[in-house]
Amino acid sequence: MNRLSADTVTLAYDQRVIAEQLSVEIPDHSFTVIVGPNACGKSTLLRALSRMLKPSQGKVLLDGQVIQSMPAKKVARTLGLLPQSSIAPDGITVADLVGRGRYPHQGILRQWSTEDERVVQESMRQTGVAELAERYVDELSGGQRQRVWIAMALAQQTPLLLLDEPTTYLDIQHQIDVLDLCAELHEEQGRTLVAVLHDLNHAARYATHLIALKSGRIIAEGAPNDIVTAELVEEVFGLRCQVIDDPETGTPLVVPAARKARARVVATEAS
Amino acid sequence: MRTTRAIRTPGGLSVRLDVRATVVIALILLAALTASVVLIGTGDFPIPAGDVLKTLVGNGNAGQEFIVNELRLPRVLVGLLVGASLGLGGALFQAVSRNPLGSPDVLGLSQGATAGALTMIVLFSGSAAQITLGALVGGLVTGLAIYLLAWRQGVHGYRLVLVGIGVSAIVTAVNGYLLTRSTLTEAAQAVVWMTGSLSGRDWAQVWPLLWLCAVLVPLVLVNARGLRMMEMGDDVSHALGVRVERVRLLLLVAAVLLTAAATAAAGPVSFVALTAPQLARRLTRSPGPNLLPSLCMGATLLVTADWVSQKVFGADQLPVGVVTGVLGGVYLLWLLVTERRAGRI
Repeated sequence: MNRLSADTVTLAYDQRVIAEQLSVEIPDHSFTVIVGPNACGKSTLLRALSRMLKPSQGKVLLDGQVIQSMPAKKVARTLGLLPQSSIAPDGITVADLVGRGRYPHQGILRQWSTEDERVVQESMRQTGVAELAERYVDELSGGQRQRVWIAMALAQQTPLLLLDEPTTYLDIQHQIDVLDLCAELHEEQGRTLVAVLHDLNHAARYATHLIALKSGRIIAEGAPNDIVTAELVEEVFGLRCQVIDDPETGTPLVVPAARKARARVVATEAS
Repeated sequence: MRTTRAIRTPGGLSVRLDVRATVVIALILLAALTASVVLIGTGDFPIPAGDVLKTLVGNGNAGQEFIVNELRLPRVLVGLLVGASLGLGGALFQAVSRNPLGSPDVLGLSQGATAGALTMIVLFSGSAAQITLGALVGGLVTGLAIYLLAWRQGVHGYRLVLVGIGVSAIVTAVNGYLLTRSTLTEAAQAVVWMTGSLSGRDWAQVWPLLWLCAVLVPLVLVNARGLRMMEMGDDVSHALGVRVERVRLLLLVAAVLLTAAATAAAGPVSFVALTAPQLARRLTRSPGPNLLPSLCMGATLLVTADWVSQKVFGADQLPVGVVTGVLGGVYLLWLLVTERRAGRI
């Protein structure tokens, strides 16, 4: 039995149904990556898994309990989330922002323990922002800022961590940087990570478990080496491509077919 | 540099203290007390500050005792309580709407309270107590209307401000209509009320405000930690285990009650709720809603403004709302200029 799962959930915003009868298991201690075309429901699924969105039918289970019925702070000590939209308050320092990740462990008479202090230092060290501790968050570059937010999520000390497109808006070096950090957290600390990623090649390289989603349904899931094929990419993304071995890691590498090759196919299909 | 210190007990309890914010609060409180003592000594029958203090602790002569304890102290206390309620209410509104303009003046609550008071004055020729009640009900109904209109799977800051501005415009029109229906004496009474004034306030106004603050202030402060998390957006605070919508509803209700009660007691004193939190934040230089500093700042601003209006224009010539309006307007312009320089608008 895995710690986090969705059991035949229907996900909808107002009347707009994103996914119906969807069931997902997040394998414990995996680095699970959810991929799929725009509007396939991958972020929505992540919101449901992190109890931001209440399924209109079905249930999300955390440690065997319906997640909505659990005390909010208890969930926050088990499951962390790095959302896409977050606001750094004016004039807040890195150490202060990371410290706010300790909120679910604190109370009105337990505001700042030595343990809080230690965990904040540790989280900043792991994400490489320790030397920025006294800097203001507004002054940092996009890559640094994302590390600070990850440090805040780490300070929450949750065995499960969900990340919604953690590499968006970052340049290629910082994208790899953030993904390396995720891989480290997964390998060295045994945390279960679930990330939504746009880049299929990043997903194939870093994920231990890949979930391919299209129109709110799972098309395939499993280890990237087992499931990423040219057929799957065409089915999920509607893109003709070759899948070759990544020369660096041996994981699948998706190479889109040349424009003219794709045009020929469209022409033959049409005739 | 942050100056946060943690105080810990061997039993594992700990409290976090922002040294700068604590010093700022102490200084603002000192300013509020000084202004209060000076204000009590000001009037047709001036009393030196030393005598005021002596009378307050019960060692004054009979004449001074009557003037201080019966006439001027309740007025100053109403001023302090109204200022504190407006400062705290403004800080709550600004934090919940994540908008420095999200104050009760802008959101239409003051106008709503005015509509309630005008209804009593114009349509029912109500007594002072009825006018107060009308203002209270008007403020609460307006607050409820804004919340319901802005609610769509939760209340979001931007929508709250926009709906508030809309409601404010409608209520202002209603107020204008009520004024046109009034007789000359009613209109004069209404206009004085609408400017916000502390003159003639006595113990009857002090007690309800004091009780309300005694209940609401601790309730608000207990929830301040959740509010601080909500600064980072609904998603982050939700992920940290804050029950976002519940905290927001609770704090909005508290803010509406505080502002409505303050407005009922002194009229819609303008700009205190808008400026107090901003000034407090600039002094503490601390992120977060700065609730306690805003509360103290509101109290100080209102008593100081009342003293200025009495000192410069003579006793009861000028309602305190005129002074806060002028000061607040200047402040708002300054805020716009600096925000523009910083490239934020």
